[in-house]
Amino acid sequence: MKVVLENVTKIFPPRNKREQEFMAVNNFTFTVPDGKLIGLLGPSGCGKSTTLYMISGLQKVSGGKIYFGDNDVTNLPAESRGVGLVFQNYALYPHLTVKQNILFPLQNLKGSEKLSKKEMLERAYQAAKLVQIDELMERKPNALSGGQQQRVAIARALVKMPGVLLLDEPLSNLDARLRLQTREEIRRIQKETGITTIFVTHDQEEAMSISDMIVVMRDGVIQQVGKPQEVYDNPTNLFVAKFLGTPPINVFDGEVKGGKLYIGDECVLDVAGVADQPVTVGIRPEGFIPCENNGAMTCNLTNLEIMGRDASVVATHAASLNPTVRAIIDGDCKIDAASATVRYNLKPHKVFLFSKLDEKRIVFAAQNNDDFMTAALKRKYSKF
Amino acid sequence: MVQSKKPWVAWLYLAPAIVLLLVFTAWPIVNTIRMSLLEGYSTAGEIAGKTFEFGFGNFAKVIDYGQFKTCLTNTILLCVLTVPISTFLALLIAVCLNAIKPLQRLLQTIFFLPYVTNSIAIGMVFAAMFNIVGNLSGENPLIVTAGIINEFLALFGVAPVDWINATSTYTTNMIVMVVYIVWNALPFKILILLGGLQSVNKQYYDAAKVDGTSRVRVFTKITVPLLSPMLAYVVITGFIGGFKEYSSIVGIFGEDMGPVGAAGRLNTMVGFIYDALGNHQGRASAAALILFGIIFVVTLINLYVSKKKTHY
Repeated sequence: MKVVLENVTKIFPPRNKREQEFMAVNNFTFTVPDGKLIGLLGPSGCGKSTTLYMISGLQKVSGGKIYFGDNDVTNLPAESRGVGLVFQNYALYPHLTVKQNILFPLQNLKGSEKLSKKEMLERAYQAAKLVQIDELMERKPNALSGGQQQRVAIARALVKMPGVLLLDEPLSNLDARLRLQTREEIRRIQKETGITTIFVTHDQEEAMSISDMIVVMRDGVIQQVGKPQEVYDNPTNLFVAKFLGTPPINVFDGEVKGGKLYIGDECVLDVAGVADQPVTVGIRPEGFIPCENNGAMTCNLTNLEIMGRDASVVATHAASLNPTVRAIIDGDCKIDAASATVRYNLKPHKVFLFSKLDEKRIVFAAQNNDDFMTAALKRKYSKF
Repeated sequence: MVQSKKPWVAWLYLAPAIVLLLVFTAWPIVNTIRMSLLEGYSTAGEIAGKTFEFGFGNFAKVIDYGQFKTCLTNTILLCVLTVPISTFLALLIAVCLNAIKPLQRLLQTIFFLPYVTNSIAIGMVFAAMFNIVGNLSGENPLIVTAGIINEFLALFGVAPVDWINATSTYTTNMIVMVVYIVWNALPFKILILLGGLQSVNKQYYDAAKVDGTSRVRVFTKITVPLLSPMLAYVVITGFIGGFKEYSSIVGIFGEDMGPVGAAGRLNTMVGFIYDALGNHQGRASAAALILFGIIFVVTLINLYVSKKKTHY
């Protein structure tokens, strides 16, 4: 089922006289295509969970419309929307066994939807099998590990075959290894069931790795919507560029003069087509090419971290807005760790210019053109 | 573990508490057992230098005594009637209070007031509410005031009932006692259950809501099981309190433990012990131990049942 949000707004009233009302979600418009997995991504307090709860119906919208398919569900209470919701801490009923927990939503069905006991059990076991917990059915939630509880919560949400599945920070309570495993599970379950799924996370890696589409939010406002790779490669503003990617993007003060980009005194890149102005420069860690002799950009080398497949070069630069400049380079590239400086050339498609005025992206000529890299350069970059 | 070099210092710190416990708890228990096991024991006799033989005569005397059965019946009846009623009402009120947002604090305070009010004072107010003033029998029965309860019932066309006066029956007396004890027991139970309700994770209710659970089902399948530890607690303490019922009856009927002309009709176990305490300390001790045994067994049964039904 397609989910459409149209100018959805949530305003929380002030809790006391000194407080101001709080705009948690501001004019939120986007469409979740049928059968896709969408990640709502943003730092804490950006309104992503509020958005999820408005879709579920647990919170009322202050303005705007929500549609499931062609039906306007804006004023429908949560119980009539038929969504499956997995809470951040799972909210499994502690006094019921796994089986009873999964059966619970089915036992609520009334009228023509009512199922026989046998059908209920069949459905419950089907859902349990899907998340691979069919052997734990008689246990109580407190006898399960975090990952197993998570699966039970998903099974409970799936058992009534909802049109939309909502997951609130589904992986935040799991340890690192389990998180990797579970996020692939979620992807698999979503693919198998084909249920339109919306999940909330503050972890960009999590969102990037399993989503068909991500929605990056900040302070209740959508920053960018798109496929994860697209958003990573073409951030619309400084916030999105900074938020996506590990290690994070390197940010510098720079200036465009006569179609050239200057960082400090060095001319580092040709940015034809950009008017002369001071800019904020973002360079992805993989955007550096170490060039011992003729590199355009000079940094003071502080540390070299060799990780086998690749190496991380930690340096400082006077114009950097971060304490360090981190470059990820191929493990084959030899850099003299004893050297005081390291010199780089830059890959144009990994360098983003942002206006100093509104932090919006300024696209330069080389990035507008699909063939901005020469064949030779392409070959050279291909190993990164 | 840290090993103290001067263990007596620790004992010194504990001494005030230990002395108080020994004097006011441990010794009385030991002494009660001792007195109950000495045939025909009385303190006056002991002071006079009389010696008593060891035996179970006190227990036999207590059980044989006619008044004992009345006391035991009254006590058990009051417990069995008031504990379920007050627990059910308290649960209902607590759930309602928890659902009301405006004035919640004020209402909580109002519902808690009876708890901090003297039970004799409450008893006297109840007595006044149920009391009929006037001469009820004789040639010219005259009711000066029928009491607020009768006035209220009169609105529905019910003739004045003699609740607590000379012509009252055992049943009407018991009704008054049940109403009074339930009302008196409510605030504590409401407080405990409300505390329990407020500590229930709200997400269970959100989850139930998303799954389209009806209100009745939320109450029976989520609220009550999650409250079960508190429910077990109020039931157990309710039974213990019920078996020790005494001052409430004094509050309404006075120390005669019954309406005029039927003194002792509503006497309870604790009342029986007090009565015997005057001259027959041995029997009083035996009765106290019997009461202890009953409370002990009932509590064990309660714990056994709640272990099966309670989710912690």
